[in-house]
Amino acid sequence: MHYYRQGRPGSGARHALPTAPAPGYLNYMPSVPISPESGPQVVLELIYRLKVRDAMSSPVIWASPGASMRAVQYLMRDNRITGVPVAVEDRLVGIVSMGDVIEALDAGRMDEPVESRMTRAVISLEDDMPLAFATTYINRYKFGRFPVLDREARLVGIVTSSDVVRSLLVAMNREVERLEEKLAAAAAAEAAPPPADGRVRLSFQVTRFDFENAGKASAEIKKALKGLGLDPALIRRAAVASYELELNQVIHSEGGSIACVAGAGSVEIRAEDRGPGIPDVEAAMREGFSTANEWIRSLGFGAGMGLPNARRVSDDFSIDSGPGRGTTVRCRINY
Amino acid sequence: MRTSELAGALGLEVLQGEFGDREISGGYTSDLLSDVMANAKDGAVLVTIQAHKNTVAVASLVGLAAVLVCNGREAPQDMLEAARAEGIAVLRSASTQFEVSGRLYAALAAQAPAGA
Repeated sequence: MHYYRQGRPGSGARHALPTAPAPGYLNYMPSVPISPESGPQVVLELIYRLKVRDAMSSPVIWASPGASMRAVQYLMRDNRITGVPVAVEDRLVGIVSMGDVIEALDAGRMDEPVESRMTRAVISLEDDMPLAFATTYINRYKFGRFPVLDREARLVGIVTSSDVVRSLLVAMNREVERLEEKLAAAAAAEAAPPPADGRVRLSFQVTRFDFENAGKASAEIKKALKGLGLDPALIRRAAVASYELELNQVIHSEGGSIACVAGAGSVEIRAEDRGPGIPDVEAAMREGFSTANEWIRSLGFGAGMGLPNARRVSDDFSIDSGPGRGTTVRCRINY
Repeated sequence: MRTSELAGALGLEVLQGEFGDREISGGYTSDLLSDVMANAKDGAVLVTIQAHKNTVAVASLVGLAAVLVCNGREAPQDMLEAARAEGIAVLRSASTQFEVSGRLYAALAAQAPAGA
């Protein structure tokens, strides 16, 4: 996050603002519903990364102080604009709005020079300010437009709320596209097994007592191994190991995950749960030892065969557990 | 004997009849799913009283052709739906596992050259 630390909008550190902006007609500007203080990270980054110069219209249409109000009216009509900065050379001296023109028209003073009717206390932006300043100014002063000066105080452009909204939309579109590409790439990387090492990697979440979905991880693992064209006897061994570990998590754990990595001569199944841990691992490895309750046994589980079965089908088997922590079981089957 | 011939040969009720018809390789009788997982053979018929969805999960992982529910036990709808999705036949008998296993063994031995 790169905030513009020096002189945040509203801090007044670098740009002291008039407290009572001159009134004017047709100065209404729709506010920009973006806060420079909070909001999605992406948007905040954008309004501080983009500069006022990225949004402003340039070159700017301006009038000299001696021009008549009628000349300004024609300037507005021909260019379809509602406000015109007044400048001497490239120095900003004032601004006239359509409201000023209407007032002059009403008073019959259209031949008077602009300098007699313009607003002199002009609130301007600097071209290298972050766009956040523009949104803040628009929302605070409700003026239709803000002249933009460069570092040497030369008039270089003008900004309206629609300029700000347009530039933000373009930038947000670009940003969303970039994020979508990133998401798509991440999804593709997750969906397709990385062909780099020819291995298949699968991972599943297992929920306690979810007998509805018990066996699904194993079914998926079996399908993937079939897809690799492995020997049915080997697939059977892997299915036994993963099913027993999966059911152990459903029956005994507080939830966990089953992961399988297959290829390059071995199938490895790793079951990791969040506890509560096995107090006596040696006993749990003995056939017939079970801590399952009656209703689990009535379903045909809890016969004390799970871990022994998983070890029997594995070429390499390890279990790590203890009371108060999770259990991790690793089964490797070589081919 | 093929899966489609089981019901007729053993006098069974067909609870789920959408399956891939195949040659029955043998049978296994157990109510412990870990035991089935460890010892039942691909293409076999499971004789059991465990009539629920998890039996189908095991049957699918092991590659069983059919689940034969004994003692006239009720088979829940979600079990039958899972079996349909996996293409595993679910059959039912009012007899015990002992009696059904005996009849199945005899029927397979009668026609298979190497026995069940």
